[in-house]
Amino acid sequence: MSDNTGTKVKGQSCRLPRKRFYRARAHSNPLSDSHFPIPICPAEFDYSHHYPYFFPSGGEDHKNGSASPRKVRFADIGCGFGGLLVSLSRLFPDTLMLGMELRDKVTEYVKERILALRASNPGQYENISVVRTNSMKYLPNYFGKAQLSKMFFLFPDPHFKEKNHRRRVISLQLLDEYAYALELGGIIYTMTDVEELGDWMRSCLEDHPLFEAVSEEELEADPVVKLLTSATEEGQKVARNGGQTFRAIFRRIKFEEE
Amino acid sequence: MEETAEFVSNAGEDSASVAAVTMDVDNGLIEDDKSKDAEVAPALIAVHPFEKSVAVAVGFELRLFDLEGNCSVSLVDDSGGPSHSDAIRAIKFGANGRLFASAGDDKLVKIWATNPWHCIRTVSAEKRVSAVAISHNGHYVAFADKFGLVWLIGLEGDNAKQSNNDKKAVMILGHYCSIITRLEFSPDDRFIASADRDFKIRVTVFPKQSLKGAHEIQSFCLGHTDFVSCLAFAYPSGCANGYLLSGSGDSTVRLWDFISGVLLATCEVGAKVGSLEPNGTEDAQSPISDLCASSDGSIIAVALQYSNRVALLSCDFSNGNLSVAKVVTLEENYFPTSLGSSSLSKCLWMVMGASNLPMPGSAQLPTRLRIISGLRKDPSDYHCHDPIILEDNEVPGGQKLLSELQGSLDVTKEEAALAAAAAAVKASMRNMMIKKEYTLERREMRKKNRNDRKIK
Ligand SMILES: C[S@@+](CC[C@H](N)C(=O)[O-])C[C@H]1O[C@@H](n2cnc3c(N)ncnc32)[C@H](O)[C@@H]1O
Repeated sequence: MSDNTGTKVKGQSCRLPRKRFYRARAHSNPLSDSHFPIPICPAEFDYSHHYPYFFPSGGEDHKNGSASPRKVRFADIGCGFGGLLVSLSRLFPDTLMLGMELRDKVTEYVKERILALRASNPGQYENISVVRTNSMKYLPNYFGKAQLSKMFFLFPDPHFKEKNHRRRVISLQLLDEYAYALELGGIIYTMTDVEELGDWMRSCLEDHPLFEAVSEEELEADPVVKLLTSATEEGQKVARNGGQTFRAIFRRIKFEEE
Repeated sequence: MEETAEFVSNAGEDSASVAAVTMDVDNGLIEDDKSKDAEVAPALIAVHPFEKSVAVAVGFELRLFDLEGNCSVSLVDDSGGPSHSDAIRAIKFGANGRLFASAGDDKLVKIWATNPWHCIRTVSAEKRVSAVAISHNGHYVAFADKFGLVWLIGLEGDNAKQSNNDKKAVMILGHYCSIITRLEFSPDDRFIASADRDFKIRVTVFPKQSLKGAHEIQSFCLGHTDFVSCLAFAYPSGCANGYLLSGSGDSTVRLWDFISGVLLATCEVGAKVGSLEPNGTEDAQSPISDLCASSDGSIIAVALQYSNRVALLSCDFSNGNLSVAKVVTLEENYFPTSLGSSSLSKCLWMVMGASNLPMPGSAQLPTRLRIISGLRKDPSDYHCHDPIILEDNEVPGGQKLLSELQGSLDVTKEEAALAAAAAAVKASMRNMMIKKEYTLERREMRKKNRNDRKIK
């Protein structure tokens, strides 16, 4: 299977794609509607297309002993150029992860990047993929209830103007959907270099009854936390410029009525 | 990070298409205000659960008839709030019939007591209102606005005291930027279901302290491939669980286990019933315009947008089977825009009409009311008992009721009026579809995904 991809890619784009060929608009409006296919429901999501190594067409998930089929467990929302996915892939080689990105060209870049990495590192990077979608509208089409164990919202577009706050990817209403997709104990990671947005994301999470803050000790011990700044393209840029970052990392908890 | 070297904006890159679909919040993201003039609201009907009264809304007019007293009802407004001044988009009786709610494009939600009829509260919404629901215990009225947000008004206890009309409703949940077409409480008030124009149905746990928000999503019922136009809960006797029924622009009615979100059955009503396209050709894709179900789900009536046929469905809940049991064909130009029934009778009330109707020489907006009687709890009875379309003189309340609820419909000009209403309704429905800029893509997607409709 991976041989196939290997020969097809060889000589052509085996080298990593270069970002400058994938220039894109600075920001997309998440309210604008779609021109891309969306699975009708999570069961329609084409796993063999995204993860052919784990789902060889026609066959069973041969990397999985248990009965229930493997599902995407990590979602990187607004994954940009995919740096985080690539790093996480090495850290959790058996966990399926999906990046969601609104911009077409950027999504294409990430696709090429993953294919090139798979081609030059046989057997690796098979657990990551990307879709072009508007996560704010279509998240439930990709993930069922309690399917995810981690969700990432790293350096999202800030939408400064008050009237545009509705476009922010973290809001009290959208957190309902994220809480739905996350399993109990699942973690939502948010980070930004914009202080006002950092405050906003934290207060949304604090106000939401289905999330609680993860303690500092736990964050120390979580290998993923370090990647938030070191592996994301945006995080690297902030670090280069000596900028500050603001993070809010919360856990999905059970709903308790007082 | 707002502007970065890498993210150079490039005029060549799909900026044209992006511009084309960039519908700003303030310009009415989902709703193009410019097209508002052309927009027509279908006439609506609601029947008191014990058939004490019946309400018809068309444009900003709310018409009521008292079936017990056999007289028209003049509406008293004690709420101190304004009256409806623009198209009413949703009307609903509470489960015990004591409350009634009306809401619409004038951003008003009016809550009425029905015995005697008077408005007890007028709440101003921020945006135009697209759906309302009353909790079965009568403690709450929920409504949805054009931004996809659902708001709650408390009527009991502390909330009732703040009965002044400026008291704003509380937002409890939201569909991200999709117009909500229907809201329904489950009969036990444990859940609230909301359906939208993006084929999504969300079932949310309705908490005890619901004014603090409804954040826990029980399920999404996903399977429709076009807008969802109607919803109904059904709790069949002898079944431990309830079910949800939904109708859609994809011409199907679907049956859901709403606890898990699992699709149990799909009935291709359009294909089974057949319907007329505006150009006179048969179209299997006619959207479902309304669905009306008895609380136990034994009677399910379905109306299609371009069809003068009403489908009566038969549902085997435990085996997940939904099929057309009987088709009732109405007169040629009759396309019901809304269906209603009480919890008592075996009658289906239908109305056809629309706001903004060009009706020269008529002060009131005409609507046409029809009743089908003889619905059966056991659909196999239809083998020997046909449902009957009542003649005007057989309608409860007779001519009095008709002249009250149909407005200035002159039966001698009936043909012309009906044709005009039908045309307006079609236009409005077509608007509803083309307002979405991606209808073409969606059509493609629908074609591609036709297999999914075979899912059982
Ligand atoms: C500033 S970038 C951050 C990228 C990446 N997370 C990183 O840290 O390097 C934000 C990304 O979110 C994407 N985005 C914005 N709204 C989105 C939405 N509704 N759905 C999916 N992606 C979205 C943008 O296209 C953009 O690529």
